[in-house]
Amino acid sequence: MDQSIREASVGAWPPGLTRVPYWVYRDPDTARDEQSRIFEGPAWHYLCLEIDLPGSGGYRTTMMGAMPVVVARAEDGSVVAFENRCAHRGSLICLDDGGTVKDFQCVYHAWRYDLCGNLTSIAFRRGVNGKGGMPDDFDMTQHGPRKLRTAVICGLVFGTLSDDAPPIEDYIGPDVMIRLRRVLHKKVEVLGRFTQQLPCNWKLYLENVRDTYHASLLHTFFTTFRITRLSQGGGVMVAPSGVAHASTTLAPAAGPDDSYAGMRSDNQDLKLHDTSLLTAADEFGDGIQVQILSVFPGFILQQLRNAIAVRQIVPLGVDSMDLHWTYLGFEDDMPEMRAMRLKQANLAGPAGFVSMEDGAVGGFVQRGIGAAGGFESVVEMGGSDAGSADNRTTEASVRGFWKAWRSWMGV
Amino acid sequence: MLLEIAALNGACARALDSDRLEDWPGFFTERCLYVVTTADNVAAGYKAGLIYADSQAMLVDRVAALREANIYERQRYRHLLGLPVVLGEADGVVTVETSFAVIRTMRDGHMMVFAAGAYQDKVVRGEWRYTERLVVCDSQRVDTLLAIPL
Repeated sequence: MDQSIREASVGAWPPGLTRVPYWVYRDPDTARDEQSRIFEGPAWHYLCLEIDLPGSGGYRTTMMGAMPVVVARAEDGSVVAFENRCAHRGSLICLDDGGTVKDFQCVYHAWRYDLCGNLTSIAFRRGVNGKGGMPDDFDMTQHGPRKLRTAVICGLVFGTLSDDAPPIEDYIGPDVMIRLRRVLHKKVEVLGRFTQQLPCNWKLYLENVRDTYHASLLHTFFTTFRITRLSQGGGVMVAPSGVAHASTTLAPAAGPDDSYAGMRSDNQDLKLHDTSLLTAADEFGDGIQVQILSVFPGFILQQLRNAIAVRQIVPLGVDSMDLHWTYLGFEDDMPEMRAMRLKQANLAGPAGFVSMEDGAVGGFVQRGIGAAGGFESVVEMGGSDAGSADNRTTEASVRGFWKAWRSWMGV
Repeated sequence: MLLEIAALNGACARALDSDRLEDWPGFFTERCLYVVTTADNVAAGYKAGLIYADSQAMLVDRVAALREANIYERQRYRHLLGLPVVLGEADGVVTVETSFAVIRTMRDGHMMVFAAGAYQDKVVRGEWRYTERLVVCDSQRVDTLLAIPL
């Protein structure tokens, strides 16, 4: 990185929440600080679904930023998590996405751990034929991977390394908790898992998720078929800390709507030959067609009509990230509902009619700011505050994201 | 039969690779199933796809959306197809599997192996059209987005 960008980055944040300097998406030192202050700091991180750990010994591997993590169901039924790093030489303890085990054993030198990540045995600890082995005073209780605090809420498992993170419900806040419970109110079932690698800094994607202003402009499909338009009812709520957000779109009012007349995204020529894609049920009984919810820094819950999915953000360096999609249904889905979910899944995901653009647009910014480390973006739609709003023609939720990020980063 | 199926596979891939997307739904029967998924999802019994269409009309709609609605950078595919392996036949429908690799070239010339896997197809004998095509990708990872079908 050239020196001028580094100099511009030092303490350079314009007053207020309406400007975001571009170095935050490019600076390697900032990315390192994010790992220690956010991903290993007092934030809650989505780890997996509770149903991924069906019984004792069930486990799943995931990431908290750059830190590999094992989540497991202990013998007493509790959900535990620890760093996926052997206490001996640092090798991964678990090599697969998940499964069921009696205990964990590092493949390198066969050090064993119980389901909670406690070191239980060391191969050849007493040596062989009376020779070699570990010193007698080697204390296994003093060696082991870092352990996480875990919290299970609405069938979701979150974890944090920090004792300072508040209880998960306080972290998310009461308003957004209601939106979370609205969707995840009964046992879910996985319908599919996909990973989308995005060519952008992770923050650009989370901003996009929180950006209620762009959806009906970038995504022609949304607008044309009136899945979400800013002229439809709805709003956005932002937790006071900025940590969590939820945006909603209500069903459209009857009658013509000319608020998008002449815009690219309102393409009157587009007609579906198979309209079954748009057949949906108001399964939550409240007329909300779309609800997008996020919890800083890496969790997103999508309800796009009946297409429900969890998305997890995992940064890969400054200019790349993984987005892990888990498509969901409910365990008690009737066959007709399940068929609708499979069809509506075409709307979201890496090939989604309405969301494929989100996979690319962060990369457009990342490339656009290639020489702009000393410049800043404008985040002023809807004013300058980061509060909840009864409309979505606002960037309040994006400002909320930066409020949270800056408080964690001390910027 | 092998020749007819190989010719069908080749013609379908050629339509996608030469930007004749409008021809692509014609390689499928009116009632059909086209799903892009991954080996892990198939192994786990998960039914959802990256693309999921249960009619030829849905394939027509996807092409229309790609032409008129979706935003993605200019790109092209090059399908490399293996020889079809016929696994069976019942009631005039042939079950066949064919390996594929797709190299994606972006407008700036950057090329990558975008996808590789197997087409698990059911082909109507005589008509020589797909009544089912499961595109089972070996990797669960998609770079940026999947716009043009596989």
